[in-house]
Amino acid sequence: MIDPAPPDRTLTGCSRRRLLCGVLETALVGLVGSSPLVAAATDTDPRKLPPQRGDELAYSSDDGGNVVTAAEIKLHAAPIIVYPRDPLTQVIRERSRLNQILLLRFTSEELSAETRANAADGLVAYSAICTHAACGVSEWNATTLHLICPCHASQYDPRQHAVRVTGPAPRALPALPIKQTGKTLTITGPFSGQVGAEKS
Amino acid sequence: MTLKMLVAVAMLAAALSGAAERLPLPYTPVTDTRLAHPEPENWLMYRGTYNSWGYSPLARITSKNVHTLVPVWTFSTGVEEAHQAPPIVNNGVMFITTPRNQILALDARTGELIWRYRRELPADLFQLHPTNRGVALYGDRVYLATVDAHLLALDAHTGEVVWDQEVADYLAGYYMTLAPLIADGRVMVGVSGGEFGIRGFVQAFDSDTGKTRWKTYTVPGLGEAGHDSWPGDSWKRGGVPVWVTGSYDIETKLAYWGTGNAGPWLGTTRPGDNLYATSVIALDAATGAIRAHHQYHWNDSWDWDEVSAPLLIDVKRGDRTIKGLVHAGRDGYLWLLERGQNKIGFVAAQPYVHQTVYSKLDAKTGRPEYNAAALPKVGRRSEFCPSIWGGKDWPPSAYNPNTGFLYIPANENLCSALTGVETKYKRGELYIGVPFEKMEVFPTAAAKDHIGELQAWNIAAGTKAWTVKFPFHNWGPILTTGGNLVFSGGTNDRYFRAFDAQTGDVLWKQRTNSGVVGVPSSYEIDGVQYVAVQSGWGVDAQRKQEYLDKAFGTKTNVPQGGVLWVFALGNAESKP
Repeated sequence: MIDPAPPDRTLTGCSRRRLLCGVLETALVGLVGSSPLVAAATDTDPRKLPPQRGDELAYSSDDGGNVVTAAEIKLHAAPIIVYPRDPLTQVIRERSRLNQILLLRFTSEELSAETRANAADGLVAYSAICTHAACGVSEWNATTLHLICPCHASQYDPRQHAVRVTGPAPRALPALPIKQTGKTLTITGPFSGQVGAEKS
Repeated sequence: MTLKMLVAVAMLAAALSGAAERLPLPYTPVTDTRLAHPEPENWLMYRGTYNSWGYSPLARITSKNVHTLVPVWTFSTGVEEAHQAPPIVNNGVMFITTPRNQILALDARTGELIWRYRRELPADLFQLHPTNRGVALYGDRVYLATVDAHLLALDAHTGEVVWDQEVADYLAGYYMTLAPLIADGRVMVGVSGGEFGIRGFVQAFDSDTGKTRWKTYTVPGLGEAGHDSWPGDSWKRGGVPVWVTGSYDIETKLAYWGTGNAGPWLGTTRPGDNLYATSVIALDAATGAIRAHHQYHWNDSWDWDEVSAPLLIDVKRGDRTIKGLVHAGRDGYLWLLERGQNKIGFVAAQPYVHQTVYSKLDAKTGRPEYNAAALPKVGRRSEFCPSIWGGKDWPPSAYNPNTGFLYIPANENLCSALTGVETKYKRGELYIGVPFEKMEVFPTAAAKDHIGELQAWNIAAGTKAWTVKFPFHNWGPILTTGGNLVFSGGTNDRYFRAFDAQTGDVLWKQRTNSGVVGVPSSYEIDGVQYVAVQSGWGVDAQRKQEYLDKAFGTKTNVPQGGVLWVFALGNAESKP
């Protein structure tokens, strides 16, 4: 005998047809007020929150934790990795890899119109997490000016809204809109798309 | 809703939920006796048997009739990337795994889905190797090692998770891709992460409760033998992962595990032998104690993981029979070692592909000496052969006791060059010391003829019997059978092939949806023999393809997306 509607399990171990799990989840969500429960417990940690409008760009704690000044980013230099920092509390949102941001400088003329819309006078910011398998996009080709994911060789062009140039990545790196505020850089909106790999 | 009401509702729900979903057949529990002596019609573990032969005694499909082999059913897995797991079959029930830690339980005769488990992986998981190499079976449970470094036990009948143990912190670069090894109620797993500055280990868990029984590091700690082979604090981030299932000797109760590269990649960053990197270690399955080891090469600088477990083969040499450990190394050498209760002895080794690193081997110990020009250093480019993917990477070799041949999925005529850079450890990030742009793979002049090979070696004589050549590389795990056959895919033309085990003649082939990097298996139900394999290209096969396309000026399209293929004879010969 074959089950006409095979069960589909997830991390919780609950089957879609297992009433107990469904009732428990519904009841507990009712008590806590949001779902999923784990997310409710962790998403309020300011160190894990995604970039917030008004956040500054800053170095990680290991690298000193200071805000980045626009003058530090040199034309066509290898990108630096920075994080969002709450300007009021100085909390650096570095407890999630998904908040790693690549920061680079080009001339405005080099940038496509779509890229310029998110840039701060030639400075561009992108997610540092590859859209293929969520590896860190940690390398730079100074000749082609392409960003490289060393895991599976995907390459992106940061002058063209980080479109995929080669490799298995399914889409561009999400852009992060920024503006220059005095000497420093401020985030003006969320990432342009889902950070990291697609779920299948 | 109050807590009291909640409990009441939950109790009611439990009463109403009734019986769990059932398998189409009565499920046969997997015992130690069955694992030690599996029925020919089943494929109960990664390589079929504890000795890692990859051999099925089934002989209904033969070199005479294999030309009539046809697909009898297929199943799309719904995910991309490398589908490397063998179909594991227990009396009519098949279990396969896919990338992203999905398990599919299928009716092995019809292909009907019985249950599906999907793991919800963390969004910030760094997947350097998005793959999985299969489940292990024990009792009424199915065991899965996950890419976010958990070990799960599931109910074989329903797919319900019985227990879920965190093995290590994925945010520190630990992950798992191997099929567990189970013996005497202990579920043994090793960890990946040799490119992330982990400290590797093998850990055993109680099959029933999930509690730790023992944990043995592959990098010795303070006060342990071999610790002084690491300078300073390098041992804390020395790598030495274990990412392929070990072999198990049921007589001595020793598990033989291959170990991976030390980290960072360049040996000059950690002067010393770096035990137990790039070795085989014999672990007492009851206690985890390291009873013996053999290090194939010391102070690795070429990313030559020696993780493939040695095959346990009795080898006749002259007038004596050697209890052998046979290993086709990533270093391009074919090793014959002798196993004992507390010793692994060197017998012989010889290159099976072009190798430029070893200038000689010590005749008694097998310890290699190196050509200085082949040692990559920080700021210095050095060339060496075979490439960083070695003469053979993880795809397993197979041994057929009828032919006495070992079958090796080899890659010839390829070399690499590495140039090291200074590197700094950062938790959870790559810790390699060689940037992507400084990793080179290039063909020799002879590569115009071929790169991929299927080699057959007469183990008793120590001589190569035959070689089948393929234009591009070969990533094909191997199955051999009692029907005088060898099955393997692994090429970028998407074929899955059957070879004559005696001669290497190609007797049958099927073009599939993708490249076949899955481990094939064979099983029988009601007198019908089946051969099953997953086709789904990805991970290092795809990565290496990009290097080859760059070197040859080609553009190769190997589509991704996994499909399980099941074959049987298409004529009356398939019927009992």
